[in-house]
Amino acid sequence: MSAAGKAEGMGRDEQAGIRDNSGQLALLMIAPAILYIAALIGFSFVLAILYSVSDITTGDPTLRIIGFQNFAAILDNSVFRLALKNTFFFAFTSQILVILLSRIVATALMKEFRGKWLARFLIMLPWTAPISLGTIGWLWMFDSIFSPFDWILRYFGLLGSPGALLGPMQNLYWLGVPGLAMASVIIVHVWRLLPLATVIQLAGLGSIPKDLLEAAEVDGASPWRRTLEITIPLTLPIVSIAFLFGLVFTFTDMTVVYVMTRGGPIHTTQVLSTWTFFKGIEGGDLAQGAAISLFLFPVLAGIAILMLRMVRKSEVV
Amino acid sequence: MSRARKILGRGGLYTVIGGFALFGAFPFYWMVIATFKRDHDLFNPVANPFIFNEPPTLDHLRLLIFDTHFVTYVMNTLWVGLAVVAITLLVAVPAAYSLARWARGWGETLGIGIFLTYLVPPTILFIPLSRFASALGLQESLWSLILIYPTFTIPFCTWLLMGFFKTIPKDIEEQAMIDGHSRLGAMFWVVLPLGISGLLTVVVFAFTLSMHEFIYALTFISVSAKKTVSIGVPTELVRGDVFQWGPLMAGALIASIPVAVVYTFFLDRFIAGFTMGAVK
Repeated sequence: MSAAGKAEGMGRDEQAGIRDNSGQLALLMIAPAILYIAALIGFSFVLAILYSVSDITTGDPTLRIIGFQNFAAILDNSVFRLALKNTFFFAFTSQILVILLSRIVATALMKEFRGKWLARFLIMLPWTAPISLGTIGWLWMFDSIFSPFDWILRYFGLLGSPGALLGPMQNLYWLGVPGLAMASVIIVHVWRLLPLATVIQLAGLGSIPKDLLEAAEVDGASPWRRTLEITIPLTLPIVSIAFLFGLVFTFTDMTVVYVMTRGGPIHTTQVLSTWTFFKGIEGGDLAQGAAISLFLFPVLAGIAILMLRMVRKSEVV
Repeated sequence: MSRARKILGRGGLYTVIGGFALFGAFPFYWMVIATFKRDHDLFNPVANPFIFNEPPTLDHLRLLIFDTHFVTYVMNTLWVGLAVVAITLLVAVPAAYSLARWARGWGETLGIGIFLTYLVPPTILFIPLSRFASALGLQESLWSLILIYPTFTIPFCTWLLMGFFKTIPKDIEEQAMIDGHSRLGAMFWVVLPLGISGLLTVVVFAFTLSMHEFIYALTFISVSAKKTVSIGVPTELVRGDVFQWGPLMAGALIASIPVAVVYTFFLDRFIAGFTMGAVK
């Protein structure tokens, strides 16, 4: 704090005491940020917990505490149990795909080639464009009649003719059939999260010392061995962080499912975040909505703590 | 032999890159096609859907601009984005400076704390915040979004700016203070001009993050004329069973591409900020 000490004697008016006193000034400068966040996020979070143990609805907004009845009620609902299962399936499947694919993209992008900036722009598009609008593009691509995927399948005779591999009907009805609807939602989510994971993977790959890989190559280690014994162990911390971050993101996002299927058909793509919205906002049952939204909070908190530990342990870059 | 292998490797590389670029960009190509296709061509299940079988048309664009609220959505989005940028700068710049300069122990912890709030999801917060907004009389008002979006832009931008300020040597301010500036004066006249690229990055991110936002806008705003682009296009142009596919795709395309281009220019800074946050 020597700078502040030197400055102390130089105040030109009576306010200089506060303006140049580091401790007070530091606090004064950071207070608005903390207050803003505490007031809106902290307060709302406490309110969410209170709502979840009350019987508040949009029609009757008085707060009466009724205990854990809401949690019992939501657990009793078969849609909730399906949404819980879907949430985990959706999050883990898409994240495993994202991690595997992003490693391939990142390895390719580490190399120099012509037109790299264009390739990068195109690969990053799903992340840089607003997600609800990108998803609209997919909605049209999965259209029940005009889907280009169906057209390609028909073109190659895999669909739409008697005895075709995928059946004689003209369309697959991507968003109308339970398994296909889930697959479609997962594809869109992988599409949207792949760029961010690629970026994180690039940072991880870039942090491996070049001479280490060169030395291994000189010593005659095969590409496989170099990957297994150098690249994977050294990038494991940052990849785990990417995985956990993506998991939190998938657990808590509702845009893709909302725009694509609204949880249908018959709730087979319903996830907890969309179910929270339909129950709490569209259905007006704020209390149960809050209970549903908080259900995964322990899991999220656990993941956040895990991430923080990893960040502390691995000061790789 | 080794040359053949090299060519093969190059071919493999371009195949992988091309495949993923196609995967990333195809939905946008699909929007371009639908935007300029005549309805008769667009709704033809037999003809090749990847090309124009009939001459392109501007009908969908005309419909989008003159017969829908699209222009209003764009204006609303700009207004919300600019207001959020202003609030974010006012709050995050001092906080980041404070953390960067006096980060001994508590500063670091606070930085991580700020990062963690980023992980408290909107899906938990939107129900109480919707009550909060209506208690303040802000329901159906863009002000509710302007008030709430800084909850996610401030933590992230503070984190990003902290990194920028750390790269500016302390000596420069000390010299300025010796020359007669106060501590705040030194920050304002000397440090901020040097950190202009950091500030610009924050402006871009606060704006794009608020433009991307979906859940809060969907929850707080249901009047068509008050909607932002990210909810207006998906909810208002799809009415019941009537999908206005042409104008819908035109709207999605026009609203996404400019943001994507700007975002891309700042992507490297974003990556630097993000990985600094994730890996420190």
